[in-house]
Amino acid sequence: MNALRFCLNDRWLEFSGIAPSTTLLRYLRDTQRLTGTKEGCAEGDCGACTVVVVEKDVEGKPSFRAVNSCLLLLPMLHGKRIYTVEALNSAEGLHPAQAALVEHAGSQCGYCTPGVVMSLFEAAYRTDLDEPWKLDAALCGNLCRCTGYRSIRDAAKQVAGSCPKDRFSDQLAGAAPGPMQLTYSAGPQRFVTPGSLGELWDVLEANPAARLVMGGTDLGLEITKRYAEPALLVSLEALEPLRGIREQPDGTAWLGAATFLTDVEAWSRGKLPPLERMLRYFGARQVKNRATVGGNLCTASPIGDLAPVLLALGARFVLASRAGERRVPAEEFFLAYRKTALGPREVLAAVEVPPLPPGARASSYKVSKRREMDISTVSAAFFVQLDDGGRVTAARLAYGGMAATPARSRSAERVLVGNPWGLETVTAAANELTRDFTPLTDHRGSAAYRLLVARNLLRGFHDETAGTPVPRLPHPHTATAHVGGGGA
Amino acid sequence: MSSHPSSPLHRPTPHESAHRHVTGEALYVDDLPAPPRMLHAQVVTSPVASGRLVRVDSTRARALPGISAVLLAADIPGENNVGPVVKDEPVLAAETVEYLGQSVALVVGDSPAACRAGASLVEMELEPLQPVLSLEEAISAESFLGPPQAISQGEVDGALAFAPLRFSGEVRSGAQDHFYLETQVSLAVPEEGGALKVYCSTQHPSEVQHLVAHALGWGSHQVTVEVPRMGGGFGGKETQAAPFAVLASLAAVKLGRPVKLWLNRDQDMAQTGKRHPFLARFEAGFDAEGHLLGLDARLYSDGGWATDLSRAIMDRALFHLDNAYYVPACRFVGQVCRTNLPSNTAFRGFGGPQGMLVMEEVLNRAAERLGLDPAVVRARNFYADAPRNETPYGQLVTDNRLTRLRAELLESSDYASRRAQVDAWNRSATHLRRGIGFQPVKFGISFTTGFLNQAGALVVMYTDGSVQLNHGGTEMGQGLHTKMRVLCEHELGVCADRVRVMNTATDKVPNTSATAASSGADLNGQAVAEACAQLRERLRPVAAALLGVPAEEAGELSFHGNAVHARGQSVPMVRLAREAYLRQVPLSATGYYRTPGIHFDPRTGRGRPFHYFAYGAAVVEVELSGLTGEHRVTRVDILHDAGRSLVPNIDRGQVEGAFVQGLGWLTCEELLFNAQGKLLTHSPDTYKIPSLGDAPEDFRVQLLEQAPQDGVIHGSKAVGEPPFMLALGVVTALRHAVSSFGPSGREVKLGVPCTPEAVLRAVVAARVR
Ligand SMILES: Cc1cc2nc3c(=O)[nH]c(=O)nc-3n(C[C@H](O)[C@H](O)[C@H](O)COP(=O)(O)OP(=O)(O)OC[C@H]3O[C@@H](n4cnc5c(N)ncnc54)[C@H](O)[C@@H]3O)c2cc1C
Ligand code: FES
Ligand code: FES
Repeated sequence: MNALRFCLNDRWLEFSGIAPSTTLLRYLRDTQRLTGTKEGCAEGDCGACTVVVVEKDVEGKPSFRAVNSCLLLLPMLHGKRIYTVEALNSAEGLHPAQAALVEHAGSQCGYCTPGVVMSLFEAAYRTDLDEPWKLDAALCGNLCRCTGYRSIRDAAKQVAGSCPKDRFSDQLAGAAPGPMQLTYSAGPQRFVTPGSLGELWDVLEANPAARLVMGGTDLGLEITKRYAEPALLVSLEALEPLRGIREQPDGTAWLGAATFLTDVEAWSRGKLPPLERMLRYFGARQVKNRATVGGNLCTASPIGDLAPVLLALGARFVLASRAGERRVPAEEFFLAYRKTALGPREVLAAVEVPPLPPGARASSYKVSKRREMDISTVSAAFFVQLDDGGRVTAARLAYGGMAATPARSRSAERVLVGNPWGLETVTAAANELTRDFTPLTDHRGSAAYRLLVARNLLRGFHDETAGTPVPRLPHPHTATAHVGGGGA
Repeated sequence: MSSHPSSPLHRPTPHESAHRHVTGEALYVDDLPAPPRMLHAQVVTSPVASGRLVRVDSTRARALPGISAVLLAADIPGENNVGPVVKDEPVLAAETVEYLGQSVALVVGDSPAACRAGASLVEMELEPLQPVLSLEEAISAESFLGPPQAISQGEVDGALAFAPLRFSGEVRSGAQDHFYLETQVSLAVPEEGGALKVYCSTQHPSEVQHLVAHALGWGSHQVTVEVPRMGGGFGGKETQAAPFAVLASLAAVKLGRPVKLWLNRDQDMAQTGKRHPFLARFEAGFDAEGHLLGLDARLYSDGGWATDLSRAIMDRALFHLDNAYYVPACRFVGQVCRTNLPSNTAFRGFGGPQGMLVMEEVLNRAAERLGLDPAVVRARNFYADAPRNETPYGQLVTDNRLTRLRAELLESSDYASRRAQVDAWNRSATHLRRGIGFQPVKFGISFTTGFLNQAGALVVMYTDGSVQLNHGGTEMGQGLHTKMRVLCEHELGVCADRVRVMNTATDKVPNTSATAASSGADLNGQAVAEACAQLRERLRPVAAALLGVPAEEAGELSFHGNAVHARGQSVPMVRLAREAYLRQVPLSATGYYRTPGIHFDPRTGRGRPFHYFAYGAAVVEVELSGLTGEHRVTRVDILHDAGRSLVPNIDRGQVEGAFVQGLGWLTCEELLFNAQGKLLTHSPDTYKIPSLGDAPEDFRVQLLEQAPQDGVIHGSKAVGEPPFMLALGVVTALRHAVSSFGPSGREVKLGVPCTPEAVLRAVVAARVR
């Protein structure tokens, strides 16, 4: 049946004839005339369009997820429940998220407010917001030009993690999202969500021009900003074999390519600090609630933030096609500017991250103009392994923003290996970075800045890991490489 | 009338629209239900920064299905100009194009998509000319918007010649996009009998009304402009909403159908003006204790392609070069430059921040050279008793609250011991350094164009005692409607749920000034209070009669709680209003206010341009990394003078919001154009305003207690702009942290915006021995 079905504010809707590249935001405003949800940028960067969808976490438990409706295409919502700001108010009065904002004077012009309300709504039902600094990560996707955020932060402190028992929590308990499998077309455009790998290979074979999509936080911009009208989008969202996180007996972590970064971040907390540190500063909550591992890696963007971490940790990429699976080391996946080792009709199925061996030092860094919700000017992830005598036996120094692809500095690594891990060696290694990298000057930073930061991050890594070999992200903290007072 | 305990004045009150904000019910122009047969529009813009427009051909666009019309300059029946002060701003380019992004044509069609398709088919033939794209180019080409503006005092050359410490330098400040969350939008709806209703997100509905009428060749009476509310303005909708309102109106009248023109974020950022970038060249003289002896400063601002408000903005920059400090001898000269960039415009502070930055830089550099605490240098230069109370433009600083603010804030923020702790930390730290800065602000309140200081209100009561309140100001989030409603409740003794603040509309209150210059509550508040007082005084004898109080004792009647009370008795407003109606007492009143006693003579550069000064002070602490230049504001203490605040939570919100906006201007917000004059940072992907994590987590804002201001409504003070400049303390604090990397007694080389890259560059420079 060629129809879309989803549940909007507790009412199931079924319709057809609307172009599959229509965003949820435009549908809400133009078709449903629900104008509480605002457009501030149409690119995921302001949060004015935030709504909440019900999504299963990796354990299959339904949870509320704040998402940017400006980047969601209608077929991505097939079978799902959506809540907009209009759903919250009822005869019983304001939802706690709304009441808190009123109480703390968290709205001035009010244009960002519905989006803030929806982010607070998600935060209200979360159980992992146990420390105030985590609120920044929950709310940095909602820009407000008026309030200066103090009042919003106070409102957030009041509601986040309060887990109200109400009609929403009741709904959530019973809200197993429906099956997503879909073949939908309107006019010249088609959107297919295969329900099995077999179906996926069939679609890809029949349609050489098909484009894969997952969260749509990258591809969606082509539609909202450049008004592309892709003829056929094939979503990987219903493919269970590409989803989830599994810890294998040898400690290797299998991260499904179609896993949302929010879930990866939650898993990484404490388990894999270099990944956790990077994900803390990846986009914003709304972005991570849709962005996936596969989407991030397959764009092969030089400033994709997962790549340096996976390069440094020595991950393997699992590529799948009708012929089966093959594994390639992370550094063989990124071939050239935005070009990967994926063959035609091949998808990324997962990445496998080996456990950190004893004696390893590892961390990751992201430097950007604005700390949160910004694209890296330079990112880096480092791994060094030391022997008992303090000599480096293995090193992987990976950078983003320094070359056409995320890449390791082999020259610097060569200087490290075999030498004692100390300032002298680190400085000598840092001097080698210019051999491997000639970064660009652009609006994010000059080439000179990038090079200097790349060097200094290595120094910061050395200092930061002096006490803790695998440092977690301190909070609150000022700099990516957070090395405090009284050091070396 | 004495204030009754139930009066909401000077008490916290939720924003008048708070409930509607959080439920999504609050309507903005783009949310209004589309009128039947509504069309959409899109502007076609110039692809070059400067050129001769040889030919514009819309034939192919017009032939496209779904396109209703393509408007060109020649289609404008009236005046093709929206220049608010100087008539140098065509709505649609006619012979030349002056910046990349200038409106050349308007495509009108059934949907945004149809308009987009149509716009791509409008053909433009252009002969490109050499554009002027920087202040330096403009200065050397003498590309200026009007003659220089100047104020001066004393013998500056002599003062500089004998100054023990004398240095010169440059100070630059960058542009800033308003980034109101709601972009520019207008909806024009034709009405019967040759009339037009324009719903517009503007701070200046009267000007929009007049400009729409001029462009149509109509009388202003044919046009009504209504503003529901704005999703932020910050100055960006003072003049720059007008061109888009005019375009929508032209199309609506030509086609006889409603037309909406909404700019998406990229269009908004590329087409509209910003905060003016400034370049200052100065020479300063100090004595060894850090007393400023003389300052010679020449300011250049980038006005962009058209005059807009640039000259008034330059005036305010010159008026605020002194900030809180007495300058015994000075020469301040300002020159607005013309470039082929978007026409820069009003933005919170209106040149004040750019002027003050220069002085603050001068003081910081002096303190650094002299090895003194910059807070001490600042205090030494404060305005004080005569003769150290005269501003460079001759106005005396009375009601000086600087010393009091400083004393109270330095104590409450524990400045001295924290500064010692910061220095101690820095002595043992490697990469992570701290800094602390003290920032006072003095800001002049009034439009510097004197006649603009007027306002009106229309208050109507119905026979059930409920009230509709109209005033000339617009609501953009600053809480003006809330303050006006509170004043109305106070004056009439009615409760909040019986007062409705109406959309701002030119048919209710005519010939208004822009809601700008922080003056919204000062001016409109007086007008609202006057209108309400008139109504109240008309009701008084009626109430007296109902309560059996003799007419000569009617003065003792108390209006509160939706009723009038005397001698233990009361009459509810419902009954009183009805009775007044039956007795043929008129229940509507207009109020009007003009600010007394302000004047300024631009020829002599002297006068009393400001009704009074608003003050504030901040202590800012930061932490930065010498490895990456990343930094964080760790704590902010602010003591701000809002007089006797009308609604304290609203004023606190203004202080907090202004500070963080200033923080953005000075740290992360950077507008970059390419060599062709194309804006590269035209969306939040690349243009970074502060997000939640950038705002100080430890953010302590207090309003100065016991500080009523004479001659202002209920002792309050304007608060919209002044706290923006408190953020200058961030720069002082960052410089302090950077200086710890090098030997003392040396000037820190840190420019704004203090991006991580700029900070790291400064750290590298400081490290050089
Ligand atoms: C506001 C905002 C902030 C952002 N911040 C960051 C950031 O901080 N760091 C960062 O690195 N990125 C950032 N991004 C970019 C983007 O969110 C990420 O790259 C994200 O991980 C993409 O995942 P997705 O599932 O949404 O990809 P999609 O947009 O769905 O897909 C992206 C591309 O990958 C392909 N693809 C997806 N999955 C697979 C697969 N399994 N196999 C083969 N091909 C596949 C698609 O065909 C498409 O070409 C940001 C984006 C936005 C809008
Ligand atoms: S509109 Fe800005 S994030 Fe969606
Ligand atoms: S209240 Fe205006 S943008 Fe947040």
